[in-house]
Amino acid sequence: MARHSSAMPADFSWIRAEPHGIHLAPADCWIDPARPVGRALVTHGHGDHARGGHGETIATPATLAIMELRYQTREGAAPVEYGQTIRLPGGVAATFIPAGHVLGSAQILLEHAGERVIVTGDYKRRADPTCPPFEVTPCDVFITEATFGLPVFCHPPVAQEVAKLTKALSDHPDRCVLVGAYALGKAQRLIAELRAAGHHAPIYLHGAMERMCRLYEDFGVGLGELRLVADHSKDDLRSTIVVCPPGALNDRWSRRLPDPITAMASGWMRVRQRARQRNVELPLVISDHADWGELTRTIEEVNPAETWITHGREEALLRWCQLHQRRARALALVGYEDEDD
Amino acid sequence: MEEFAALVDALVYTRSRNEKLRLIAEYLRTTPDPDRGWALAAMTDGLSFPAVKASTIRNLMMERVDPVLWVLSRDFVGDTAETASLLWPEPQADVTPPPSVTEAVDALASMTRVSVMAELPKLLDRLDATGRYALIKLSTGGMRIGVSARLAKTAFAQAFGVAVEDVEEYWHGLQPPYAPLFAWAADGAPPPDSGDVPLFRPFMLAHPLDDVVVDLEDYVAEWKWDGIRVQLVHAGGETRLYSRTGDDISGSFPEMAEALTFPAVLDGELLVRGSHQGGAAGGAASFNALQQRLGRKTVSARMLSEYPAFVRLYDVLIIEGEDLRELPWHARRARLEALMPRLPSERFDISAVVEARHFEHLAEIRSGARDEAIEGLMLKRRDSPYVAGRRTGLWYKWKRDPLLVDCVLMYAQRGNGKRSSFYSDYTFGCWDGDPDTGAELLPVGKAYFGFTDEELKQIDRYVRNHTVNRFGPVRETDRSLVFEVAFDSVHASKRHKSGLAMRFPRISRIRWDKPAEEADRVDALRALIRD
Repeated sequence: MARHSSAMPADFSWIRAEPHGIHLAPADCWIDPARPVGRALVTHGHGDHARGGHGETIATPATLAIMELRYQTREGAAPVEYGQTIRLPGGVAATFIPAGHVLGSAQILLEHAGERVIVTGDYKRRADPTCPPFEVTPCDVFITEATFGLPVFCHPPVAQEVAKLTKALSDHPDRCVLVGAYALGKAQRLIAELRAAGHHAPIYLHGAMERMCRLYEDFGVGLGELRLVADHSKDDLRSTIVVCPPGALNDRWSRRLPDPITAMASGWMRVRQRARQRNVELPLVISDHADWGELTRTIEEVNPAETWITHGREEALLRWCQLHQRRARALALVGYEDEDD
Repeated sequence: MEEFAALVDALVYTRSRNEKLRLIAEYLRTTPDPDRGWALAAMTDGLSFPAVKASTIRNLMMERVDPVLWVLSRDFVGDTAETASLLWPEPQADVTPPPSVTEAVDALASMTRVSVMAELPKLLDRLDATGRYALIKLSTGGMRIGVSARLAKTAFAQAFGVAVEDVEEYWHGLQPPYAPLFAWAADGAPPPDSGDVPLFRPFMLAHPLDDVVVDLEDYVAEWKWDGIRVQLVHAGGETRLYSRTGDDISGSFPEMAEALTFPAVLDGELLVRGSHQGGAAGGAASFNALQQRLGRKTVSARMLSEYPAFVRLYDVLIIEGEDLRELPWHARRARLEALMPRLPSERFDISAVVEARHFEHLAEIRSGARDEAIEGLMLKRRDSPYVAGRRTGLWYKWKRDPLLVDCVLMYAQRGNGKRSSFYSDYTFGCWDGDPDTGAELLPVGKAYFGFTDEELKQIDRYVRNHTVNRFGPVRETDRSLVFEVAFDSVHASKRHKSGLAMRFPRISRIRWDKPAEEADRVDALRALIRD
């Protein structure tokens, strides 16, 4: 199998995995650091990757807007468009490439001394109406996530899961379907997929969802008519879809709803007991992360000399690399959470 | 099989008991014979396919996926059947349509340990992931889908508008797929004939007394003996001994099976002779001694003489064809007392009534029960008939207060099923000396309940943050968390390094506040042994 020509014996000592993030020594710059640093490159807006308080934050405009929404400040924001290359100190160049995870999400290609390293952040390969698709880019070292890095994870076609949701809705006209979905990304993708499937009725939101949905619309992602649960009576909500953060599913908040069918949109729903642990009656296997097939196919397509595996089920992906004679190692990073996917 | 798989899937995700009943009843009403009978047997653990074991599934998977990836996946999912159903490679070629439940059951029943490796894959290839899950659950036994046998029988009764007590009673004489039961309930055929078969009758059970205070005018008190509740049934010249769950354990206790020689159904506590409970005269040994006899397929003469069994009788249900269950307790008690001379005294005695002047007096007697090593008291309504199940207000169990000891968490293991991914099974230890002068912790027990779901999450987080070693699904912690462990008694045991074994240990409190050095010593536990 052909390997990238500049592979061995480079040591990539300019890029190191520290417990609290990936550090680029020549540029003294961090990628997705778990604590405040002088200069950070941020792959996407999820709270575990995009922490606040950095001196300078380099990210896509959408990611910076999401961070501003969360931290109420634009201080130090340095926007960079997809495909644009920026020069960092110490001869490091960084290019942001679509990762297909959520609005604004990017892989970051880092180049130094003729060596190319990609940090994927979180990514997926399935089509998503809310963000541009992942682009396969050649590199020497591919630093990949592994949230769903076990062969049991195989996300079904999203249309099939959306059909389960609309069927539950039509089967129970007196009830509503309450869908738990991560407030950044999953909720908007679910709504956009429902629209694509021809569901044009108003969709009702938990208050915590509103601003992020508006931000998506500001970035040109149409979500159709959205209403707030708080403005409506129990009767208004019969036969509707209500979207809330996963944490609100079993909360007192849901008592105002008409006998809700509890659903959750998450890759974890592939495993029955995970659904049961969350009292989910209608599991929807919809994920913004690559499943096992996507992870392994992506490594094959990118075909790096080395694969470094960050957060998730890294042992299994490491094993797969071994079985396929690919150099790989697991990085011990802390602080990335994946439970809500 | 698809309908059954859909039912299994829906049951997994359904919390509400009423909704579960509705789902099962609907399935039983709309599914033809004999599929529904086999499905019912699967839900009530009535099926057994000796050729298919959990290890069979594992071995089949090892031929198809990398062993390391299998172990990692199984560990994450927490359920062999589900992991296998998800990892099973989708067949490439066109396949025959899914089998019916009956076809699957017939195929499974005809498999041998050898043929199963070739035959089971053929069935799995015809199903999707949901179907594979249902098939593997059905074939390896123990569905664990949140449906008890009792719930399934209630659903059966609901489906056809019959009484659940009748279902329970007729059920026991029948084999899957229960054709006569369906003919009776669904088509109005005469009830199945129990005839001259030593059938199990559902036990009458007790509620915990908790804060209730009863009047001893209305209730009688008996000791709650620390053995196992059994039912002895003699019919058609044969005697069987049934456990609480209706399992036939006659084979392990041949001396009891020989001891009842006339038609009767008796309810009592199976014990082993000794001086541990109730003093030397007519006493019983500890539960530990009884355990030597449980679960044995063959019983040696030495076992029979070292650990002779007997039954301490509580009640009589049927005698020489006369059903006494409708009679009040005091009338049944009189019949039982009258019966005693007909029973061999080395195999039977009667559970004495505990005489107390009033409730407070009884409470005093109970608090002295520790030394007698008795589980506690039973309170039975004097005018109550013998009714199957747990009917409020008729029988109460009033267990003595548990013993408590402070232990240090040493190892945690990930749970299964609902608790997969949570560290929910704990091994804890006590100090073998003074912790300030270099004493070590010795494991003294294991517990996996007694805490709330919220506490489980807290302990899980604690375990993850205090891990010093990992051994597969087990983590060793830094030994800094103290549990107050409650248990019913403690016994000498050669199987454990600490030399003791707790009975019924559970986490009573999490002592986030207590330093590990202040946990108890093994000596303190040893002092509680009453063997």
